[in-house]
Amino acid sequence: MALCEAEKTFVLHGVEENFRVDGREREDYRPIELETNIVSHAFGSARLRLANTDVLVAVKIEVDVPYPERPKEGKLEFFVDCSANATPDFEGRGGEDLAIEISNSLSAAYKSPEVFDLTKLCILKGHKCWKIFVDILLLECGGNLYDAVSIAVKAALWDTRIPLVKSVTVDGNNVDMEVSDELHDCQKLDVTAAPIMVTVCKIGEQCIVDPNVAEELCSVGAVVIAVSKDKFSTVLQIGSGSLHPQTLLECLQMGEKVAQRLSEALTETLSEINPNKNQDVGFLK
Amino acid sequence: MPQKIHIRLAAHRINPSIAVNRRVPKIFTPGQVITEQNEFMRGHGTYEEEGFLKSSVAGVKEQVNNLISIRPLKSRYNGEVGDVVVGRVTEVQQKRWKVDTNSRLDSVLLLSSVNLPGGELRRRSAEDEHMMRQYLQEGDLISAEVQSVYSDGSLSLHTRSLKYGKLSQGILVKVFPSLIKRSKTHFHNFYVGASIILGNNGFIWIYPTVSNAEDNAGGFVQNLEQVVSRPERETIGRLRNCILALIQSKMMLYDTSILYAFEESQKYSVAELLIPEAMVDVAILTQDRLSMLENS
Repeated sequence: MALCEAEKTFVLHGVEENFRVDGREREDYRPIELETNIVSHAFGSARLRLANTDVLVAVKIEVDVPYPERPKEGKLEFFVDCSANATPDFEGRGGEDLAIEISNSLSAAYKSPEVFDLTKLCILKGHKCWKIFVDILLLECGGNLYDAVSIAVKAALWDTRIPLVKSVTVDGNNVDMEVSDELHDCQKLDVTAAPIMVTVCKIGEQCIVDPNVAEELCSVGAVVIAVSKDKFSTVLQIGSGSLHPQTLLECLQMGEKVAQRLSEALTETLSEINPNKNQDVGFLK
Repeated sequence: MPQKIHIRLAAHRINPSIAVNRRVPKIFTPGQVITEQNEFMRGHGTYEEEGFLKSSVAGVKEQVNNLISIRPLKSRYNGEVGDVVVGRVTEVQQKRWKVDTNSRLDSVLLLSSVNLPGGELRRRSAEDEHMMRQYLQEGDLISAEVQSVYSDGSLSLHTRSLKYGKLSQGILVKVFPSLIKRSKTHFHNFYVGASIILGNNGFIWIYPTVSNAEDNAGGFVQNLEQVVSRPERETIGRLRNCILALIQSKMMLYDTSILYAFEESQKYSVAELLIPEAMVDVAILTQDRLSMLENS
C-alpha cells in the first residue's frame, strides 16, 4: 500500500497535535483481544488480535540433548511463519526477511537468564532437557507486529504445560525417563519476567506507540524495545532512518512506561482465565 | 493522560449483532440448495446442478418475480455506470492511469477523460502525456465516476466534473461495498464541519469541509501547508470511528445513519469509540433512531 503526500501530512499533523487519526493520543494502545489454549494439540497456544493484526502462537515441546557447553540448560527456539493470507507481499519467499527479523529479535530478547530461566528445562544434566519450539503464525498484518507477537508469545508460554517427569534412570549410555501418566500432572513455566516488546515509532518530531499501517508508512524509523519487568532486555532499530541520541533516550523512556502498562494489563487478563470454565471461542465465532 | 490498555479475553467478546428483535435474513452458503422447483430463473450468485438451483456465494436471497439471485455479504466491487468511486492510483501508463477501486481488476482512468488543471477544453497533447505523473502519481487518491464497464468487468473512470479529482488531506476508510447504500448523491457536507465521499466501491473519504468553493482547477491541487485544526480533526476522527462502529454491526452507510451515529456518540470521547462496547452501543442507539424515523 502507498499513501499520498496529503494523507501523510494529515497523519503527521495529527501526531504533532497529539490527536491521531483514530482519536488516540501518542501513548495510547488499540484494544487487544486474546485467547489462550486455542490449539488443542499444542502444549500451549495463544491467539492475539490487535485491530487488524492477527497472530497465532503455538508451543511444542520435545526431549533433546543439551548443548555440551551449557549442560544444565534447556533450549528455546522461535520460528515465525508469514502467511500469504496476511498480505500478498508474503507470497513465496516474500515474508522471509521479516520472519527472520522477528524470530531473531525474540531470541535476543529471551536470551538472558534473568528473563527466562532455561535451567528449569533441564531433565538430566548433560543428557536430557526439554526443547521448546515457539511457532508464530502471522495471519493478518495491521501494523505493530512486534508488540503483538511478543504479547502472544508471552501468553502462549504462560499457557504451556510441561509434562511432569516421574523418574530418570541412567543405564550406561542409555537414559530412560518416565513421564507421568496423569494428563493433568504438569508444570507451568514461569513467565513473569518474559519480555514485552514495544515499538516506538518516530513520526515527524514526535514518537508514538502502536502505529497502524498508515502511521508505519509515515514513520522515518522505529525502535523496538523489549522490557522485562523493569529492565531492558533488547533494543533494536528497524527502518533505515537514524536517530538522535536524545530522541533514542526519549524513545526508551516512553517504551518502558508503555511496556509496564501493557504488562500489567496482560497479567490482569491472564488471571481472568479460568481453566475449569469453558471459555473456548476459536476461529469460527 | 493516556488511556488504560484494554486486553480482553475472546470469551468476553461483545456480540456486535444488533438484530435483537428483528427478522434476520437467512444466509445461504455456497452449494446450498435454494429451491428444488425449477420454474425459477437463475440470477447472479447462483448455479444449476442436478436440476436444483444452488447458491455459488455466501449471501442473502433476493427475488424479483421468477428471478432468484444471491447477494454476497462480502465481495469485490462490481461497478455500474454512474457510480461514484474513490480509488488509489497504482500505475502511470501511456495515456492512462491504473486505479485500485476494490474491484477484481484495476480500473482505468484515461488521460482523455480528465479535466486537466487550468485548462478548459485543452487538447491533450504529447506534452500532457509527459506531464502525467505530475497530475497524478502512484499512491494518489482520486474521486471519480464510472464511465463505462469493459467486457472483462474492469471499469473506465472519468473525472470530468469539478466535484471529482485528486483528494487532499483526510482519512480513507475501507468497508464492504455492499454496506454502502445507493443514493442520489454520495458527496455530503455535514453541518458538524466535515465532509464525506461515500464511494460505491466501499472506499469512504472523510475530509475537512472546504469553506469556499474555490476554483481549484478541477481538483488537482493539494494543499500540504494547511494544518487541519483540532476541532475539525476531532470531527473527522469521530466520523471515522462511528463508521467503523456501524460496519461492525453490519449497518448500511448513508448520510442519515452516519450523522445519527455521530450525534449518538457524543457521550464518548473519540478514542473511547475504539472499545467494542461503545461501538455496539452507538450502533444500537443509531438503529433505534433510524427505526423511529421509519415508523413516524
